[in-house]
This record gives sequence, structure tokens and C-alpha cells, in this order.
Amino acid sequence: MPDHESPDEPGRTSRRGALECMIWAGTGLLWSLEGGLPSAVGLTRALAADKPAAPFTFLQISDSHVGFNKPANPDALGTLREAVARIRQLPEKPAFIIHTGDISHLSKDREFDDADQILRETGLPLFFVPGEHDLLDDERGRSYLDRYGKGSRGAGWYSFDRQGVHFIGLVNVVDLKAGGLGNLGADQLDWLERDVAGLASSTPVVVFAHIPLWTVYPEWGWGTQDGARVLATLKRFGSVTVLNGHIHQIIQKVEGNVAFHTARSTAFPQPAPGTAPSPGPMKVPAGELRGVLGITSVSLVRGSEPLAIIDTPLAG
Amino acid sequence: MPTPRALPCHPAGRIIAAIALQILALTLAAQPSTAAADRASTDPVVIRIDNFTFGPQTLTVAPGTRVTWINGDDIPHTVVAQNKFFRSKTLDTDDRFTVTFQVPGKYAYFCSLHPHMTGTVVVKGPTD
Repeated sequence: MPDHESPDEPGRTSRRGALECMIWAGTGLLWSLEGGLPSAVGLTRALAADKPAAPFTFLQISDSHVGFNKPANPDALGTLREAVARIRQLPEKPAFIIHTGDISHLSKDREFDDADQILRETGLPLFFVPGEHDLLDDERGRSYLDRYGKGSRGAGWYSFDRQGVHFIGLVNVVDLKAGGLGNLGADQLDWLERDVAGLASSTPVVVFAHIPLWTVYPEWGWGTQDGARVLATLKRFGSVTVLNGHIHQIIQKVEGNVAFHTARSTAFPQPAPGTAPSPGPMKVPAGELRGVLGITSVSLVRGSEPLAIIDTPLAG
Repeated sequence: MPTPRALPCHPAGRIIAAIALQILALTLAAQPSTAAADRASTDPVVIRIDNFTFGPQTLTVAPGTRVTWINGDDIPHTVVAQNKFFRSKTLDTDDRFTVTFQVPGKYAYFCSLHPHMTGTVVVKGPTD
């Protein structure tokens, strides 16, 4: 097995050392399409490349919250930069990156500019969906759409095809209703039905949106009230993978042909559902921040078997 | 202390509402006060936003009371009336938003970023 570990530079934390620390709030999911069960491996493992490269891979990153500078992580820009450095070390270059929202913390131009500049260093095409933190400008999302909305519809939803896989980016952070959860709205759901109408049921589908499309923990708003309609629309497809962010931790489940997965953040962790009085940035003891930030890679495999996602922490 | 932000989002509505509030305020002022002490007080009141919760969740005030929300979380929140009567800008940590309530009624509001966060301001009428 080739060792892709780069030699330590004097006076710097080793890449692997930092990687192995970035467990919980990591932001990169490496997907590959092979032909069987999808599996997630820690990026350290992906970097080590101890198995043949998959024919098609892509990354998911999420919740970079550029501009966040509170005690839970005074330098969210720095940890995004670290995540991007990890991505650049991957031996197999992913085809593209999907960012599942909360690019910025407060939708400020400077925050978007900083995020764009760092993400551009990956040298990879980027696809975005907005998080609620990306729509805080006075015009409530104009800024996001001007930057990232080219070719999208409505509040920024769209679809595209790569390598026989149909990718759908949905927006569930607009027009939220009092007492409710994430919200897609009738226009978007109607569009979704038309979007997939002509697809063969054997087409693998990957759906991504910021807030989990399934109900993770409604007491904290971690779910989408009309998400069930998405799943109903996609019911006939043999392989559906749902990628979300928002909750800054990995939670996954498989239901029939649908595999759900939430990504870590590059900025700060949040408590597990119900383990704290509320969601929000979770401060960990000094020196352990990177122990709760991390990058996870996932392999998605095409085949007749129901989808399953196996996630392996970097240090596991 | 930062200057309180202006209230409703629609300028025309704001003017009409302001006039209506003035008229009401004058009417109320002209009436003999029958309100109990707590309701007669228009001392400013604070609603804290901590741990994704408005506290107190239900607040009862007399007409003319200035109510100020203060965000104590490390995450931004908003304060948005369900009837669109008021809407704050995004409140980052320690930011404030103030509304002066003149017209009696129930004002249900929520955080438009985290809509599971809800609260109500009840403005008592003169005969309540």
C-alpha cells in the first residue's frame, strides 16, 4: 500500500494528526459510485487509499459558517481552510463538491467572499444549496442567489446529471412557518415531480438540502415538514441518497431504498438531539476542537441492493 | 445602548399603524384609569433569547410598553410577528430589537430562522 502521508513540516501539526482529530464536525463526505453497497470511510483512510479508487467520487461539505467567531470556534475560516487542505490531499480527485448550506454565518459579503476564495482552492466544481444563515441579507436571499443561484429556480433549487446519477438540490430554509420545521413549499415540490417524471426508476438519485429532509428531532426544528412528499415522489426509484447538513453531526438511517445522511460542520459541533437544553454551538474543552471537527468520506455504490451508508470516524 | 430599530416592514402600514396607535393612546389617556397597578405600569420590559427560547414565552403588558428582545445565544435569531406587525433584522449575539406596543391584543411571534421558537406578547385592553 502506498503511503500518501506527506512528511511533517517542522513546527507544524502533522496532516494525519490533524485529520485524526477532526472527527465530529467534519465537513467532507467523499462519495464514490461503484456497484454494491455505499460505504463511508474516514478521510484518513481515503487518503491512505488502501483499496482501488472508485470510478466516480464526489464530496459533501457543509456548515462552514464563515464569519463565526464565538467561543465554540473563534476561527471558522481557519477550520474551513484546513478542510480544504485535506480535500486537496485526496489521491483520487473527486468530480465535484456539494456544499449543503450555511456557507456564511450572517450572509455578509465579506463572509461569502472569504468562503468562495478558500473553496476555490479545491480546484473543483462546486454546487450549493443555501442554509438559513445564507439568507440573512436585507433582501432575504438576493445575495445568495446572485452568487450561487445561476441556473437555479425559485429560491435556488435545481438538478443535474453526472455519470448516470441524478442530483437534486432542494431549498428548505425559506418561508418557514411559526412552530414549524424546514419548508420546501408547493412550487418546489411540484417542480420536483416534473423534474423526475422522465427518469427511469433504475436511475440512482441523490437529493441534497440543508435541513434534514426527514424528522431527526422536531423539538429542535431538525426536520422538514413537507419532506415526506419528496420521499413519496422518489419512492419508485431503486436507489435514493439524501444528504443534509444543519445539525453539525453525523446521523444516518436507511429506510427502504432511501439512505439518509447528515454531514458534520467545518465550524463547530452541536449537541446530539436532546442531550442539551437547546441546539447551538457546543464548546468543547480547549485543545479538543479539532477532535470534534472532522472530515468523513462516503462511498456510494450502484446496484440492486438497497442503499446503506456506513460511516467510519477518522480515528476509528 | 443601540438605538431601537423601527418596527413594521411596510412603510405605509407603519404610518397608518402609528396614527392609529396615537389616536388609541390619546383615547386611552382620556379615560379614567381602571387598570390594576401591574397593567398600568409601562416600564420597559426585556424578553431574553437564550438557548433557542424566548423568555418569558408569554409576556403581558399595558399599552404603551416598550418591549426589548435581547439575543443571548451564539447563533443569530429574529423576532417576527405572525401578523407581520413587526419584524426584526437578524439579531446576532447581544443585539436588541424594541417594539412599543400600543394596541391591545395578542401578538404571536417566532424566530424565522428557527421557527420552533415561538412567543406571545399580550397587550391588555383598558377593560381587561
